[in-house]
Order: sequence, then structure tokens, then C-alpha cells
Amino acid sequence: MDVPGLVERALKELDAAEDGPALEAIRVRYLGKKGELTAILKQLGSLPAEERKAAGQSVNQAKKTLSEAISGRQKLLQQADLDRELAADRVDVTLPGRGVDAGGHHPVSLAMDRILDIFNRLGFATETGPEVEDDYHNFEALNFPPHHPARAMHDTFYLPDGRLLRTHTSPVQIRVMKNRQPPVRIVAPGRVFRSDSDQTHTPQFHQVEGLLVDTDVTFADLKGLLHDFVNAYFEAELEMRLRPSYFPFTEPSAEVDVRWQNADGSAGRWLEVLGCGMVHPAVLENCGVDSEKYTGYAFGLGVERFAMLRYQVDDLRLFFENDLNFLRQFR
Amino acid sequence: MKVSYNWLKQWVDFDLGPEELASVLTMAGLEVDEITPVAAPLDGVVVARVAGVEPHPDADRLRVCTVDPGTGELLTIVCGAPNVYPEMKVALATVGTRLPGGLKIKPARLRGVASEGMLCSEPELGLGEDSSGLMELPANAPVGTALEAFLGLDDHVLEVDLTPNRADCLSVRGLARDLSAVTGDSFQASPVEPVLPRTRATFPVRLDAPGDCPRYVGRIIQGVDLEAATPIWMVERLRRAGLRSRHPVVDVTNYVLLELGQPLHAFDLARLEKGIHVRRASSGETLELLDGQMVGLEEDMLVIADESGPVALAGIMGGQGTAVDTGTTDIFLESAWFRPSTIMGRSRRLGLATESAHRFERGVDPELQTEAVERATGLILEIAGGEPGPLTDIRNDEQIPENRPVELRLDRVNRLLGTDFDAETVQEILRRLAMTVEKSPVAEDSGPRWTVTAPSARQDIAIEADLIEEIARIHGYNQLPERRPGGRLIAGTAPERQWPESALRNSLVGRGFHEVITWSFVSGKSLDRLGLNDQAQPLANPLSRDMGMLRTTLLAGLLETAGTNLRRQQGRLRLFELGTCFLADSEGFREPRRLGLLLAGAAAREHWDTRARKVDFFDLKGEVESLTARSPGVEWTFCAPGEKAGPVPGHLHPGQAACLFREDQPVGWLGQLHPGLAQELDLPTPVFVAELDLDSIVERHLPSFSRLSRFPAVRRDLSLLVPESVPAGELIGVIREAAGPDLRDTVLFDRYHGKGVEPGYESLAIGLIFQSLSATLVDSEVDARVSNVVDALKTRLKVELRG
Repeated sequence: MDVPGLVERALKELDAAEDGPALEAIRVRYLGKKGELTAILKQLGSLPAEERKAAGQSVNQAKKTLSEAISGRQKLLQQADLDRELAADRVDVTLPGRGVDAGGHHPVSLAMDRILDIFNRLGFATETGPEVEDDYHNFEALNFPPHHPARAMHDTFYLPDGRLLRTHTSPVQIRVMKNRQPPVRIVAPGRVFRSDSDQTHTPQFHQVEGLLVDTDVTFADLKGLLHDFVNAYFEAELEMRLRPSYFPFTEPSAEVDVRWQNADGSAGRWLEVLGCGMVHPAVLENCGVDSEKYTGYAFGLGVERFAMLRYQVDDLRLFFENDLNFLRQFR
Repeated sequence: MKVSYNWLKQWVDFDLGPEELASVLTMAGLEVDEITPVAAPLDGVVVARVAGVEPHPDADRLRVCTVDPGTGELLTIVCGAPNVYPEMKVALATVGTRLPGGLKIKPARLRGVASEGMLCSEPELGLGEDSSGLMELPANAPVGTALEAFLGLDDHVLEVDLTPNRADCLSVRGLARDLSAVTGDSFQASPVEPVLPRTRATFPVRLDAPGDCPRYVGRIIQGVDLEAATPIWMVERLRRAGLRSRHPVVDVTNYVLLELGQPLHAFDLARLEKGIHVRRASSGETLELLDGQMVGLEEDMLVIADESGPVALAGIMGGQGTAVDTGTTDIFLESAWFRPSTIMGRSRRLGLATESAHRFERGVDPELQTEAVERATGLILEIAGGEPGPLTDIRNDEQIPENRPVELRLDRVNRLLGTDFDAETVQEILRRLAMTVEKSPVAEDSGPRWTVTAPSARQDIAIEADLIEEIARIHGYNQLPERRPGGRLIAGTAPERQWPESALRNSLVGRGFHEVITWSFVSGKSLDRLGLNDQAQPLANPLSRDMGMLRTTLLAGLLETAGTNLRRQQGRLRLFELGTCFLADSEGFREPRRLGLLLAGAAAREHWDTRARKVDFFDLKGEVESLTARSPGVEWTFCAPGEKAGPVPGHLHPGQAACLFREDQPVGWLGQLHPGLAQELDLPTPVFVAELDLDSIVERHLPSFSRLSRFPAVRRDLSLLVPESVPAGELIGVIREAAGPDLRDTVLFDRYHGKGVEPGYESLAIGLIFQSLSATLVDSEVDARVSNVVDALKTRLKVELRG
């Protein structure tokens, strides 16, 4: 009854077994009802009582060892089978995937969203107004007298009944201030129209106009706001300068230039990016706002201009051609 | 306005190069657009005398000139100019000279005759446009002198782009005055000496419209020699301002306009009848202007008239009939002040952008008229001689604007600018601007205050804010403080019941759409073609016929964009636009915001494992459903044309069009573009379009939580034989109704017709998903509900279970 010899022999056979049936044969040979180990177990009863216990233990131990070895070998073989199967089930990961192409936002929308986001975070609420306006809101209430040369800077599209396409989004400031007492802190985005068409002018473009009216609003606040805005928009520390200018609805008025940074980081040209000023007292009074108690500032910017600078677009007209090869460059 | 650097420097003693000067002016609000040298380098070009002119032996058009270049040696030069004559002073380009056009002068033979240099015309020297002959120099021009030195060509022209409020800077003197206030350099005022009259001749003037013209100064000068040559310095200054020399009188009036800013006009006295009346025109009157144009006058126009009728359009342009020309000997000079509102708009209406109108409509100094006429008289006498009469000065003082004193408070200055200026700083700036400043008594609780009166040239200073701008401007905008954003915050939130447009855009972009922005103006023709023209409004002054109407639909622009891109070989289009349309209907004018979608070409990106097919109606409908799905709790229905939806719009395929309803409100149509229209628009592939009311799409309910079921769902599939006349939507409606409240969802997962299905029928397979909130549904309960459904389908729609 050489149990250790039997175990040794069985383990050797196990190591050589290469598949499920071979394993099963080994199990039956040793552990089955008629297996060698089972047979030894059956003979235990014939042993003297004092040997029976030790022999029983050794056979049980052998049984356990063999069972574990068989299931261990089984797992190993299964793993190997799976590995083979998976190795055969391989895809070419460089083939194109299924699905939709990404679309894209129009670059003017990208710039508009970015501009509004900055001002919204600074507490300016977005307000809109109609695109067909009347003379009163577009000009008169903004302190443009009839026939004034300042109107010549706004080449205006008219409808036969005298209404007009707004030349700026400034009429929104009138509409808002007539409805609400200060503090007023708004931005007015939208499409505007000038009857002008050449390489640097299109008859429609987009503007964002801002207005803040409150007690103690100063020109210094305007400068600080715009400087923070251009730095935020362009994600750079840009030099900014203000030049005296003229808009009928602001006094003092200014144009804002930023010093462009060349690709190598050196200082480049001054570029005009904004118009601004302190709200003209006549405009406040036209809207029923006490111009002694309140002061305010207003600013306006062209969205296409900001998009052109930001994305290095060199021809304004591309924005309205909507060539997909152009649009795909903006997502 | 173009202004010469050297001329300006005569008035202000500044120490700035042309570039620096431009920058100083720009930063003072007098924007310099361009700085150009008045001439290209002209090394080798000298003043020369034509000593003799002989015909060319072999060429009729050429002459052989003997030219004295001042070196002691005479040169032979062949010349084709018709105006060359003996003793003429000319500009000679000597051998070796490179002219501005790039031409290098070499010794040459012209038709057999040697030529040792070139006599030049204005364009050849880059000094003017007159190419009819040689540039003639004055008889006293010193032979041998470099032309650059003789003409003072070491100068630059600054193009100043003035804002409409700065009429005071529309002259060299005015610009100089402001410059001196900015830099602090002294202003060289040179007062004009009055001319002593030498005759008693005057001409009667009557002001019939004193509101429009409250001041009119006139003077007769007799015996003027119009043949006299305008001195070269004046010709050069005019040229640098962009004006051509014509004859001494017009040159002098132009010169004074540039120098002092007062537009002047000279009449031929002999052609004026009896007296001047300044009056409004009567309608029906006409006037032939100096430029030969005949204009019809209107009652809001001011004219200078004599006994016979209008002789000049006041402040804008003189008339041809009384113009000074070579036959003129006696002139009448006009120096008047016209009210800006009388001139504004008229020259624009007539298309006459003149230097004079430009100044009058912005506001000429109302105290300048006498000085200007004296200055002009002095210059005319100097150049062309003549006998001046006394001044006629008609004025209506009540109507002449006078700058009113404006109150200025130091506290207000600092409160508006965010500065802490003291009284001295403010006073010093006002003094530099030649303002009259009076200190006001200081009231309790308030700081220093003044009453400030601007000089008469500054007609733009009417209120305190105007003065504050001047203080800021002279101090320097960039020296003013900058304060970081702060202030009172206002809690403003976007309404949650509205899907933000930016989120809508993101969603479409995520589904592969490209956003486009098309024109708000379209051609009437494109609207006619779409049949969407009945609510369209035209523009009164469109840029072109193609942009003559305000769009009533986004489709016009989307289809044009599609056409362009298909022609540029794009095989697959997914486009959208968010924008305003303009409608005029019985309710008035409306500006609805709309969403337009367009699909064309391949349904999906071409792919090795995806069947290639073109887009169809259900691709488009799916896109619309992806949007409506964002407003749960709203009943959205797609209706075929008919009783509820109304007739199919003309631009859509009648069999592939649906009207989308939000509850009972139509939101817009979607469908295939009518194939006939597609052909007309030259679109080579079926195009699918939707145009929806944006407000209806973005409006949503607030989500409202409903209890979740903890019990399992049960699915039963039905295979149905459905008459083709029964729309799937109706079928599902009947199923919902009959199945009762435990029906959670339905899925239409197969559709088939053809072999095995009777003609006129189709087979639809529908899964019904039941789930109860309160219990697990047992088979018998589900069976009962399904049999309800089957019965209802049979009785109401004649739909049978498939065997």
C-alpha cells in the first residue's frame, strides 16, 4: 500500500495531461468509484485497528492533494484555452470607428459665447432687443440729432415706412433703462446692419454692447473693466490704451486699442478693439434717469473683429460664406 | 483732412518728428490715419531753363531742346511734351537719376538724336496728376537748384480723420491751436492785418433767412489779374492738401479755407444782378453748379440769389453762371456763417461732398468771417493785384450762436473720472484750451466750481461733461487711473423653463451639425421661389437686388449655403442656423426667432462597415425628435398635411412633409425640399429641411419627479397586419388607449410589406411594455390587457393579428 508512490505517479500523469478528457481519465483512475485510491480506502477496514487510523489519514490526505491538483490543472488548461481563443479574436484597432462626425459652432458664435461668458461672470445680464428699430431708439434717444454728421458714420438701411435696421445694439440700453431704474448692468448682443460692403465691411455683423449705470461709476471703472475683459478674452496680459473719440451717446468717449503680441511674444501693432465712454447725461435724462444722481458707462465691440483676432481669420467675408472647409476649422 | 507737417510747424513750435506728431495727435483724439512723404526722393532732379527749342529732324512729335542745367554747360534733350517753349523753367532729371516710377535716366538716342537727360511732367516726378505736358516751374526759379530744395519737398502729409465734433480742427490753425494745448508748446498766433479799402464800391446784401444765415461779410475787389501765377509755395501747400491750383482767386479762397477753416466764395461781379439775397429756395428752382451739374432745389435748401435767381447753393457749392474765370476782372468775395442744421444732410442728398459743406455742417467759427475775408483780400492783392472796396458786414446778432458759460464742478470732474485733480490742475488745462474761466463762489458742502466759456471756434462744448472730456483729453486718457471691476452685484438668473440657445447649439453640434450664419437680406426671387414671400418686407435702400428683402425664412440662406457647398464637392451636409426672420402680417410686424435644419447627401459618414445610403425623411425627423425629447411632458405631434396641419407648403415634397405641433400649436414644417425646386436651385441630391419656431422648441416644463416602480416590467410583442391607410401614429394611439395606465412604453421594431403580405397592407411588429407602480403584473393580467388592445385594433382600425 504505497500511498506516497501512488500520489507521486498520479501527479506526474497530471502534469502530462493536456486537455479535459485526459484530466477526467486521471480522476477516474485514482479517485473514481473503482479508482486506485478508492480501492485502498476500501481495504482500510481490513487493517489492524492501531494502523487503521494513520493509514486512513494518509489516504485522505492523498485524496485531497490529488483533488486540488486536478482542479488546479483544470484551471490552468482553461486559462490557456481562453488565451488561445482571445488571441484569435483580435481586431485591427487602426480601422476607422463607427459614428457621427462632430459638427461645429460658427466662429462668430464661439467668440460671442466667450465674450458673453466673461461679462456674465462679471455680473452683466444679457438683454436683447428687436433688429428692426425706429429712429427714436436707434438715434434720437441716443443723442443723434436729425441729419447730424455723426449719422453718416452709420450707413443705415431703411424700410419704406421709415423704420430701420438697427445700426448698433445700443437701442437696447434705451429700452432697458426706460423699464428699470438703476442699478443697470447689462450686455446686449446681437446682429446689426450698415449699408456698407467691401473687404473690411459686411452689411451685417454682430455686436456686444455693455451698459452699467449706478451711483459712483467712473471712467476709471470703465478702464479697469475693459482691461480685465481684453486680458480675459485673449488670455494674455495685454497693453491697452484709450484714445479720445466721439460718440453722440457718451461723453467722454474713447476708442480702445490693445497692443498685439507677436507669435514670438514681442510687442506688435496697436489694434482698435472697442468703443466706449461715460453715458451722456442727455441719454440718461431721455430714459428718465437722474443724471446728477447716477453716472454710467457704455461700451461696444464687434464680435467678428474679436473672432478674427482670436482665430487669425484674415478676411471678414469668410464668416458669411459658410464654406464647410472654413467652418470645420472651428468646433 | 490732409495737413502738411511743415505748415503745422509754422504755427506751433513743437519738437516732434512726423511719426511722433502723428502719435501725439492720435492720442489727443485727432486720429492720424496715414503719414506720407510729400515726394519720393528726387536726387538728380534740378531746376533748368529751356534755352532753345528746335524741331526734330525725323519725328513730327518730338522737339530737340537745348537746356541750361546751371552747370555752365548746355545739354541737348529730346522732348515730346507739347507745352515746351524757349525760356521755360522746367524740372530736369539729369543722367544717373532714378525717378520715383523706377525709371533710370541714361544717355539715349531718340530717332537718331542724342538726349542727355529728361524733362519731367508731374506724374513722372510723383508730384501730381497732370500728364498733359511738362511741369512748369515759376519764371524766377533759380536754375541749378535741386528741385527738392526749391519746392521744399522735405515734408510729410498727415491725413487726420476728425470726428464730427471737432470742426475747430478742420484748418491748419485750428489743429495747431489744439496741438499747442496738448503739448504745451507755444502757439504762433499771427493776427491778420485789415486791408485799407481803395474804392467805395460795395454790393447790396440782404438776409431774408437770418436764422439760416445770420452773418454775411462781402467785399468787392476790382481789376484782379486772373492770369497772374499763384506762387509756388501756395501751389505746393494746396497740392499737399489734395487741391489743384487753378487761378489766383480760387487758389486763395482754398488756401484761406485750409489755413483758417472759413469757406469763402468768389463771384464774378459782372455776372451778378443788382444785389445778393440769402434766402430759402422755392421748389421748382434749379441751379447749374460749378461742376456743371444741374440740380433741382427744394424748399429746405438755402441759396445765394441775385435779382435773376439762385447763383449759389449756400455753403455747399457755387453756381456756374457767376463763376470766376479767365475773363473775370472784378470779383465779389463772400465770407458767411451758415447754421449747421441748414446745411446738414443737403449735400449728402445731392451727392456733393464739398470741403465747404463738410465744414459748415460741423460748425464754422461764427467769429471768423471778417478775419478770413481780410486774409483773402490781402493774398489776392499780393498775387493778382486789384482795388478792394470796403467790407459789407451784415449781421443778425440774435441769431449768431454764442458759447454760453458752462458750470464746472471740481467734485463732478473727479466723480466722473475717478481722479483726484486739484483746482489748479483743472484751471491750467482750461487755460491751455483758451477757455474763459471764472471762479464761482464756493457754496457750503461743495468744492471749487467755475463758469467756463469756450472760445467761439469750439462749438462742441455745451455741457459740463464736454468740459470734463476736455480735461481728460488734455491730461491724457492713459494717465487716468484704472480701477478693477467691483460694484453692486445683481442676482440675475436665466429662466429654467427655457433651454438656453447655447445648449441647443451644443446639442446640434454634438449630433454632427455645423452652424452657419447667413444674410438677413435675401433676394425677392429666392422668396418667390420658396413661396414664402407674402409677409416679406423690402428695404428702401438695399445694397443690391440680391439683398433687397428681409428674410421671412431661414431656408433661403440655408439652401444657398447648401448649393455652394455641394458645388464645392461636399458629399454630406448637416447644417443649422439660429436667427431672426422678419414678418409683416395682419398682426403687425414680428421678428420670430427660428431654427433651421438642413440635411443632404449621405446619411452617415462613409464607413467600411456601414451601408451607404442617402438621408431620408426619418433622418430629419429623428433630428427634430432629438430636440423635442428635451422638453419632456410636452405633447409633440407630427402631422401630415391635412385638416389639422393645413395644406403642404409649396416648397416641400407633398408626400414627405410634416407639421410639428407642440400641444395644439403648430411649430413649423419639416420634410423633403420639393424635387422641382431642388432642380430649379440646381441641387443634385435630395435635400431635407426643417424650420421651427425657436421659442416653442426651447420652452420646457420644470422637471417634476414621479414615483419609480419597484416591480418588474413585462413585454409582449404583437405582429399586426395593418391597412396601409392607417398611420402608425394612430395605431399607437389606439394601443395606448386600450392598454390602460400600466402600459409604460411601446416599441415599433419591425415594418414589412411585400411578399407574404397582402397588397394594401403592411406588417408591423410592436412591443408593449407593461409595468405597474403597485404590484407585479401576473400573466393573466397582462393577457387581459393585450386582448383589449387586439380587440380595439380590430374594431376601430381593422387591424388583425398576423397568423
